[in-house]
Amino acid sequence: MSQTTTNLREQSVGSADGTRIDVAEPGQRTTTSDKIVGTVSHTVLIIWCVLVIVPLLWVILSSFKTSSEIFASPFALPANWNFTNYRNAWTTAGIGSFFFNSVFVVFGALFLTMLFGSMSAYVLARFQFPGSRLLYYLMLAGLTFPIFLAIVPLFFVLRGIGLLNTLPGLILTYAAFAFPFTVFFLHAFFRSLSRSISEAAAMDGAGEWRIFFQIMLPMARPGLATVAILNFVGLWNQILLPVALNTNPQNYVLTQGMASFASQAGYSVDFGALFAAVVITVVPVLIVYLIFQRQLQGSVSQGTNK
Amino acid sequence: MTAVTSPPVGRPTGFRVLASPRWRRRNLTFDKISFFLVFLVVPVIGYLAFVVSPFVQAAYFSLTNWTGFSPEMKFVGLANYAKLLDDDTFRKAVGNSVTLAIVLPTVTLGIALIFASLVTVGGPSSGRIRGLRHSSLYRVVSFFPYVVPAIVIGLIWSAIYDPNSGLLNGVLTRIGVDQARSFAWLGDIRTAKLAVMFAIVWGLVGFYMVLFIAAIKGIPSEVFEAARVDGAGRFRTAVSITIPLIRDNVQTAYIYMGILALDAFVYMAALEPGGGPANSTLVIAQQLFTTAFVKGQFGYACAMGVFLALVTLAYAGLIFLVNKLTGGTNEVGE
Repeated sequence: MSQTTTNLREQSVGSADGTRIDVAEPGQRTTTSDKIVGTVSHTVLIIWCVLVIVPLLWVILSSFKTSSEIFASPFALPANWNFTNYRNAWTTAGIGSFFFNSVFVVFGALFLTMLFGSMSAYVLARFQFPGSRLLYYLMLAGLTFPIFLAIVPLFFVLRGIGLLNTLPGLILTYAAFAFPFTVFFLHAFFRSLSRSISEAAAMDGAGEWRIFFQIMLPMARPGLATVAILNFVGLWNQILLPVALNTNPQNYVLTQGMASFASQAGYSVDFGALFAAVVITVVPVLIVYLIFQRQLQGSVSQGTNK
Repeated sequence: MTAVTSPPVGRPTGFRVLASPRWRRRNLTFDKISFFLVFLVVPVIGYLAFVVSPFVQAAYFSLTNWTGFSPEMKFVGLANYAKLLDDDTFRKAVGNSVTLAIVLPTVTLGIALIFASLVTVGGPSSGRIRGLRHSSLYRVVSFFPYVVPAIVIGLIWSAIYDPNSGLLNGVLTRIGVDQARSFAWLGDIRTAKLAVMFAIVWGLVGFYMVLFIAAIKGIPSEVFEAARVDGAGRFRTAVSITIPLIRDNVQTAYIYMGILALDAFVYMAALEPGGGPANSTLVIAQQLFTTAFVKGQFGYACAMGVFLALVTLAYAGLIFLVNKLTGGTNEVGE
């Protein structure tokens, strides 16, 4: 409070002299309380950043150590830097195949849910028909209910159609559970697109299919990118669905593989390889994030300001 | 700075004006019919089969004594729910879940809000409204944990908390805290819950910080300038300007975060797979999973699921109510 008044006084004096008329110029004058607040804020934020970075660095460091080195001291550097742990994690523990399973399942589900989600969102946004409101609320309900409630019957639904413990079954389930969010988000997006364009296209004789694929879908590209990113993160991290519906170790996805790797018989865990597996899981996504962080942070804001 | 689209701080009005023309029954061409079939009917059927029907079935199974392995099931009415009330382990789990749902959103969103306002408007009190220096560095680094899958966050922290080889005890003994030698953070009833909650907060602050930064950037800077001219200090600005203007974002965040805290299965699966010392970190989701897939009591597990769903809905309703009573809008962000 006080520093503001000081500034105002300074400013008014300045302009009275006629020397400084541009009062609103981004001045560099800092008051004492500015300095205190600034120092405290920077300190707090720096502490938080250290808290974020140090555990990640420690994991990277540990991933090069042998299990006995890890038990000897949490800080000591590894005796020799080599990639044995990474090789063990990738092949022996099967992280490699879990990784490819994850890629297959997540991208398959992403394709399905983006395609059908955008189509349904478009129909719900553009046309009113009996029940369209009901469908909209049905989507909302699917978004709020915890997956946990559905997990037991879902097990038997998948078994009934013979897709239990298969990757295609997992793809369908992932896609279905990402569907309401996709529709909900894109619904708002399609509504905000100008109607006159699709009407003009209809006048020119374009059918509904063509209007959607050639005009509306390209126009919705920013919204699609946003939903795709958010869905990707959500599905990549999904663990409950695979743990319950995909129990064949050969079909494990990455998150599930990590969990079972870590819980394997307490003491016999190869800790070095576990740390290496963590690095393998995190680093690719971290690199993608650092490259695309501007778009991603834009997406986050869009995604939650629907 | 970023490609942040300005969030609708005041709710956009006039959405309805753009609303669609009524669907006309005439001119039903092949194009239109096939369009509707593929665009709406097929995906909605899939959605009904994989999402809606399991929810409905769960509600029904919760009224039976189904074991899941035999085809027989007997309708038992509300017996499962009555059993829930007497189940001490389940009551313990409910207590833990509710604690998480109260503490986690408040702490996480509190920290995220403070950081977000420092980064956006916490800069010097003269000149242009701006954040601290290096603010984008803080923003990027804080967001790191969000790209780490939740299960991996759990694994990393269970390694950090490890009594003998963990980072935490390593640091503490190094700086002379001798009680920390071989202290089992996750195995001691006094610290287990705190340790678990810290790991979850660590993983999520960055995401909500970025969310709030975007919301605050959507507030026109004239508003902050006006507050400053009227003599409002930093704290006053945050309480009277920033929070009221982004209250809808805070509400959404509270609901997301609360749903996550009521679930919390992923984190617990990595940190405390057994429910923690004396079940002090056992959550509803874990108990449900054990009841269904280990004990084979599917009917009973479904009753737990319905209970969890009701708690979640009640929680969301409570947040809406509080927001409305304190003067916010009552809209689901559409």
